[in-house]
Amino acid sequence: MTTTTTISGPAAGQHQAIRYGSISHGRRRTLYWSYFFLILFVIFFLTPPVYMFITSLKSSAEISAATNPWWVYHPTLSNYIDLLTQKTYLIFFRNSTVVSLCVVSVTMVISVLAAFSLARMKFWGSATLATGVFLAYLIPDTLVFIPLFKTFAFIHDKTGVELINHWWVLIILLPTLTVPFCTWIMIGYFASIPKELDEAALIDGAGYIQMLIKIFIPVALPGIIAATIFCFTVSWANFLYGLAFTTSADQLTLPVGIVTTLIRGDVYAWGQIMTGALLGAAPPLIIYAFLMDYYIAGLTAGATKG
Amino acid sequence: MTDVVARGVHLPAAHPRLTMQKFARRKSTIAFFMTLPLITIVACLVVYPAFYSVSLALMNKSMQHFVGFGNFAFLFKRNTFWMVVEQTVLFAVTAVVFKAAIGFVAAHFVHNLPAKGQRKWRGMLLIPWVIPPAMSTLAWFWLFDPSYSAFNWVFAHLGMPQVAWLGNPYWARFAVILVNVWVGSPFFLIMYLAALKSVPEQLHEAAAIDGANWWQKIWYINLPMMRNIIQITALFSLIVTFANFDIVKILTNGGPVDQTHVFATWAFNLAISGNDIPLGAAVSLFMAPILAIAAFLILRNVRQRGNEA
Amino acid sequence: MAQVALRNIVKTFDRTPAVQGINLDIPDREFIVLVGPSGCGKSTTLRMIAGLEEATSGEIYIGDQLVNDVPPKDRDIAMVFQNYALYPHMTVFENMSFGLRLKKFPKAEIKERVQVAARILDITDLLDRRPKQLSGGQRQRVAMGRAIVRNPKVFLFDEPLSNLDAKLRVQMRTEIKKIHQQVTTTTVYVTHDQVEAMTLADRVVIMNAGRIDQIGTPHEVYHTPKTQFVAGFIGSPTMNMLPCRLVENGSGLTVRLSDWLSFPVPPSRVGRYLPRVGSELTFGLRPEHIIEGRGDVPPGAAAFEARLDVVEPMGMETMVYFVVDGLEVCGRVNPAAAGRVGESMRLVADLNQMHLIDPRTELVI
Repeated sequence: MTTTTTISGPAAGQHQAIRYGSISHGRRRTLYWSYFFLILFVIFFLTPPVYMFITSLKSSAEISAATNPWWVYHPTLSNYIDLLTQKTYLIFFRNSTVVSLCVVSVTMVISVLAAFSLARMKFWGSATLATGVFLAYLIPDTLVFIPLFKTFAFIHDKTGVELINHWWVLIILLPTLTVPFCTWIMIGYFASIPKELDEAALIDGAGYIQMLIKIFIPVALPGIIAATIFCFTVSWANFLYGLAFTTSADQLTLPVGIVTTLIRGDVYAWGQIMTGALLGAAPPLIIYAFLMDYYIAGLTAGATKG
Repeated sequence: MTDVVARGVHLPAAHPRLTMQKFARRKSTIAFFMTLPLITIVACLVVYPAFYSVSLALMNKSMQHFVGFGNFAFLFKRNTFWMVVEQTVLFAVTAVVFKAAIGFVAAHFVHNLPAKGQRKWRGMLLIPWVIPPAMSTLAWFWLFDPSYSAFNWVFAHLGMPQVAWLGNPYWARFAVILVNVWVGSPFFLIMYLAALKSVPEQLHEAAAIDGANWWQKIWYINLPMMRNIIQITALFSLIVTFANFDIVKILTNGGPVDQTHVFATWAFNLAISGNDIPLGAAVSLFMAPILAIAAFLILRNVRQRGNEA
Repeated sequence: MAQVALRNIVKTFDRTPAVQGINLDIPDREFIVLVGPSGCGKSTTLRMIAGLEEATSGEIYIGDQLVNDVPPKDRDIAMVFQNYALYPHMTVFENMSFGLRLKKFPKAEIKERVQVAARILDITDLLDRRPKQLSGGQRQRVAMGRAIVRNPKVFLFDEPLSNLDAKLRVQMRTEIKKIHQQVTTTTVYVTHDQVEAMTLADRVVIMNAGRIDQIGTPHEVYHTPKTQFVAGFIGSPTMNMLPCRLVENGSGLTVRLSDWLSFPVPPSRVGRYLPRVGSELTFGLRPEHIIEGRGDVPPGAAAFEARLDVVEPMGMETMVYFVVDGLEVCGRVNPAAAGRVGESMRLVADLNQMHLIDPRTELVI
């Protein structure tokens, strides 16, 4: 009953079935090239941190002996032990930790409140304010630190309140770098929560603060985590404000401390410096290792420092 | 019975409106107070200093008198100033171009991989961005060290000449750009990868059937579809790279002989180390026009995308 | 313009077989439709012809050329996607001319080809617009225009009408048929809608779970389905299928559906069914072959009375449902003659159109 039209050319059954691999030659070749170039990129990107690690395991004797810099012949943990028992380094670490944690708390509170009201409670001027926040983010710290320095000196002259050379000043300053962007991220996340949730909550009798705490924060939690991570990374890595506003050794944060200890001295204890740098890079790296997806979400939520 | 009915009919009409108004006002007042901390911070620590910067730039060194454009005139006559202008522009533009190129290429390679493997590679490639720039710059500083450079060691073994990475002005500029590109490329990679993933796969299939090979697909499909992200990322990066401080400060501190200074580092040295705050302020103000233009372009781009969507 | 041949095509995704041994010969200029439920492998087969998927084993020929190793761009085919896949940043003209521009055709020829295709599809005044300014139907036409302009050996359609609303779908169906009459390229068309298949196809390929159940003209698959699946898939509403028993009764055979309903087997079929007497079989009869009883019963038909369970007036006809041993049976009657729910109605079944199916093999006897 079924019509089969015979056609010229290979007839059924005259050819053996030829088996093919799951990826054609063309696609396999592109894959090999991709891996090849990606390995090159990875080598480029990972050489400095790997080198930091290698150097940190070397004693100063081995470093000055100028043997193969890419290999450790006599690995030693002396650098680590020295640094971690040294009071100055631990003070740097402590300062950085306290500053970062405080800045994160302050920033998140301010940002979440502001973002919630800008995203949800439309009031006169909220759109302009949102744009204003965005623009404020674009003003770099390098433009602003000089007048701030002068202002602080001025306040010191007038009121005797010493704002320079105290690490806690950073807790006031660093939020300027983090609040605009965190607010921006949070506005995005909050705006994506469907309005029906608000209305359901209002009908259920919730006030605005309750809505924020019981609904928005839990639902936007990924955004909050991403913003917190961003905030921590930026405050931990901050160099300029620390350098400009703190000078005595016990007031320095980690990045400033390591660098200035280097720039001042004549003899570069590279082993210790690299160890210090590696340990200084550790907190963001550890957070990144565990929360990589939130990290990347924070990045792509809007362009950021790069 | 009649009483209740009668009372029910006599509801005053004015009240409901009053309560509505009060509610609206309360809502905006709450909202306003919630944004107040944000406004305070931004106003006091960003907007005010920005304007104060302008007034500072118009004062003399001891900040006693108002000297008008004296500082600017002084700067325009100095060679170092023009060098710094040239440096900063060269640095920013070159770095952004390379970061975009590397990010673009790497994004395509990562996108080519099977989905499961992409995460690992992405994770490794993002590391330069995660490490605090100050720390990684120290590593590069060590890699470039005049006596112990690990690169020079390899060169020596390959019979190539040693390079004075930070001592020679041209190599120093190269080094500074290299480190900035190293730190910043992962950001471009991530942004472009996200944009690449949003290009529907069916367009590539349709193009394949229409006869396009791999680079034609990139040129005719990927590039136009990613145009918005490419623009915005480049503009953001331009702003940030233009105002870059950490890398130059740690790597060369502007040297050798002020050949690698950018606006930010020179302003810092003048103001803090040289104790001439108004002059430093004047220098840092030169970043403003570029930033303003870039900000304007970004806003326009975002508004456009908002309208299109 | 070319013929297409598939030999023993198998496709497995990660150990899940999607297509299990397809053999198909499509002569030049034929409009063949692959139809079946979702997941039956029809789209996968189409994509293998296109080169977007690679066959795990088997050979694909376009024209006389073995194309398994040939990338899509060199197969000289054109495809219309379900989601149109128009380049959003190009105008309609640029979308349609993209393939020609890649092959560096002279501008004059590109212009002419696009104009001709645009005229056929009636989109001449849309040439300067962007896809987002077009309606769904217009976008679909542009997608077809892009295919026509290339003048390929084979057209491939992947469920192109699924995203359109019902009315537009009917319209576009007619258009596609008219276009095929003008542009007679070999066409392989995939759909899950059997109405589309029946109206458009020169031949229909009914696929089920990765295999071909039957290939035939619409007439053949309607009147002589080979498997239970085909019988149930083609025709709307679906064919009634009831378990039955084949018994002998003196002069001939009877199909016993229940205590109160039995049908005589038409004499022409007795020979075919005789070996199956006594077995449990499935009886199939389409609703359109159960009509109202009026006057004389034509030869081969049988009259019976049934109490109506559900009555669905459809305007031009009325569907009546009655129960046989717990199963609902559907008949199609003239609205004027339809009875009311709960009432008994006289119906006539045209047993010349009956089918008997072996429930174990699911093949039509």
